[in-house]
This record gives sequence, structure tokens and C-alpha cells, in this order.
Amino acid sequence: MVNWPLEIVRAVLLTAAVFTFMAVVAAMFGVLLERKVGGWIQSRLGPKHVGPQGLLQTVADTIKLLQKEHIEPRAADRAIFNTAPLVVAVAGLMSWVVIPFGTLGDRVLVVRDLNIGVVFFAAMASLTVVGILAGGFASNNKYALLGGLRSASQMISYELPLAMALIAVAMEAGTLSTVGIVEAQAGWFGSFAFRQFPAFVIFLIAATAEVNRVPFDLPEAESELVAGYFSEYTGMRFALFQLGEYGEMFAMAAMATTLFLGGWKGPVLPGVVWFLLKMYLIVFLLMWVRWTYPRYRLDQLLNLSWKVLLPAGLVWILITGYRVTF
Amino acid sequence: MLLVDWLYVGVFLVVGLAMAALPLAVVWALAPRLAQPQKRTTYESGVVPFGQAWAQFNVRYYLFSLVFVIFDVEVIYLYPWSIVFRQYGRYAFFVMLIFVGILLLGLIHAWRKGALEWT
Repeated sequence: MVNWPLEIVRAVLLTAAVFTFMAVVAAMFGVLLERKVGGWIQSRLGPKHVGPQGLLQTVADTIKLLQKEHIEPRAADRAIFNTAPLVVAVAGLMSWVVIPFGTLGDRVLVVRDLNIGVVFFAAMASLTVVGILAGGFASNNKYALLGGLRSASQMISYELPLAMALIAVAMEAGTLSTVGIVEAQAGWFGSFAFRQFPAFVIFLIAATAEVNRVPFDLPEAESELVAGYFSEYTGMRFALFQLGEYGEMFAMAAMATTLFLGGWKGPVLPGVVWFLLKMYLIVFLLMWVRWTYPRYRLDQLLNLSWKVLLPAGLVWILITGYRVTF
Repeated sequence: MLLVDWLYVGVFLVVGLAMAALPLAVVWALAPRLAQPQKRTTYESGVVPFGQAWAQFNVRYYLFSLVFVIFDVEVIYLYPWSIVFRQYGRYAFFVMLIFVGILLLGLIHAWRKGALEWT
């Protein structure tokens, strides 16, 4: 029997915990980490004045943003303009439902081990595009509209290679549950980063494009589109876009850890520590790429997805199917 | 158990929205509201905005989304296949080979017709 009131209370508490984790670890310190890594790569110091070594910089920024006026352009579509940032923020949060953080005794720490976890993740990851497109369109600003449209075409293009990588892993593991996939990877060389190396590469490239990061940051391309789809957003609504974006980026890194790097598994240290270490490794990789490479053109970007990654993903699915069947 | 799973998803959606809206309530309470009409004009690099942004845009975006729909539907079929194909052995593999083959032909067709070119 299910104790419904208890389950609801637990669900609410878990949501609050995961949301706080996302807001503090992913968004606040993710932004700080990004600036620190960027500073380090470009031989600068990065933020260092607020708090020890600039640790409280983003906290100060958030407090500042809380006091900023919310400006609505007269020409904008009010209702859509105001709800779009919420959609992006919640889409970033939802992906975390299926990600296993580690183990506590015999129990796996995961919000819910859905039996279609991988499909759920793909669905939630692509929900962001709705918020971005709505925000860009409702702003009634030419830069924002172009940013939103570019983002939509980019995200739907890279969703397919992403799904191909997910399917290849699900075939190898024989399950769509994220916990099941982690358990199917035993030992160092059992992790799917080796057995599914092409899928790993495809996943990393598609994930970078899905979260609109350099070298695929055309939607916000600050040198040509001002700030892309959030050109017209001010204060906290702008911050919600950032929150959703960084939440999504950390979710992608966490998913790469789960699918390819063996999730919470590892010797000596507790599972949660291993999970965080691997996740930050991927996050660092994404940041390293951001501060190293220039931006793609739109046609190059679409070519890479449709003419390289998509056929490669399909062929890799067939190869995996052949290997598993025969 | 299945119902409990989706209860969690539903609660995540509702409570997540509420938590995301919370800072907006703080902004509503704290932030200043100064009525200056110029502030609410659309940003267009400092010049007076020219017309609306809701105008025609490149049809290519639409074309790509059409091709996307075809392949996204295919992906939906691949997900269930990916976990049960072991049980059916060679049969399932060859059936999927034909299915993916037809789709690859479709991709080549779209490619040759120029649907995947931006310029």
C-alpha cells in the first residue's frame, strides 16, 4: 500500500532540495566556476573581491538582481513574455528527477528511478526550447526573434544525435532505467565510455549544442545578436534563464556521468563523491571548450548535425545491434 | 509503484514552478517601479525601432523542423526496440535494419534535394 500523504510530503521536500542544489551548486557556483576557469585559461584572476577569493561574487550578483526593476517592453506579448523564463528554469530542474547521485547503504540516491528514465531525460532536455522560442518570439525584438529561431533549429537538430547516443547505450545495457544503466557498467573498463566510445563522443557534442554553449552558442551570439533570445529580459527573469541554462548544463554533465562514466561507482571514496568528481570533470571539459574555441556558423552547425552526427549515430546503433545480437 | 513515480514528477513540476516564481515575488515586493515610457521601448541598438519583429523570416527554419519531425518519430520507434530486441534475436535485428535503412535512404533523398543546405 502507498501512503499518499507521506509520499507527497517527501516529494515536496525532495523538489525543494533538488531545486536548491541546482540554484546554489549549478547556477551560483557554476557561474563563478565558469568565470574562474575562464580567468585561469586567459591568464587573468577572475572575480576575487567579494568574499575570500571571490567566492561570494554570484551571491552578491543575485542579491543585486533581486532589487532590479522588471521592464516589460510595450510591444511584447505580456503573458508569454513573463512565463517563458519559468518554463526554462523548470525544464532545467525536471531532468534531475532521473539522475542517480550515489548510494546510501543499499539504497540508490535518486529522486525516482523511472523505468523510462532515459526517454524522460531526453524529453525534459528538449523542453527548454519551448521556453527559449516563446521568450524570443514574445519579446517582439528582432535580435530576440532571431536568437529564438536559431536556438529552435539548433536544438531540434542536435536532439536527434543525442537520442541516438541514448538509444545505443540503452541497447548495450538492455534497460532504459538510469540506475539499471549504471549497474550494467562494472569495473573501470566496463564503463560505457569505452564500449560505447562513439556514442560518448556524439553525446558530448550534442549536449554542448543542446545547452547552447560555445562553439554552438549562436542563439545568444553576443557579438551579433546582443544577447539573443533574452535581449529584452531584465533582472530576475534574466537570472531565471541563466538558472535554467546552468541547471541544464549540469544535468547534461550528470547524465554523461551516469551513462558513460559509471555514475556513482568507484573505489574507496563514497559514491556521492565519485559522482560529483566525474560530473565536475565533464563540466570542466565543457568550460574548457567554451574558452578555447570560436563560434560555428549556422550552416556549419547544421551540417555537422545532419550530415555527420546523425548518420554516424544511426550506423553506430546498427553496429551495436549487430554486436549484441550475434 | 508506477503511479508514485509520476506523482513525484508532477510534484516536481508544480513545486518547481512555485520555487522559480518565488524570486519573482521578491522582485515584485522589493524592486523599484519608475514610470518612464522610454524605458519600455523595444531595444534596437539605440535607434528608434523600425516596424515589428513579428514579420516574415527565413523558410529554412521551417524546412529543418519538418525533417526533424520525420526523424523524431523514428527515434520514438527505436526506444522500445532498443530494450526488447535481445529477446527476439536475429529477426528483430534485421527488421530494424530494414527500418533504419529506409530512413537513411530518406535522409540521402533530403540531402540530395538540398533540404539540408542552409545557403
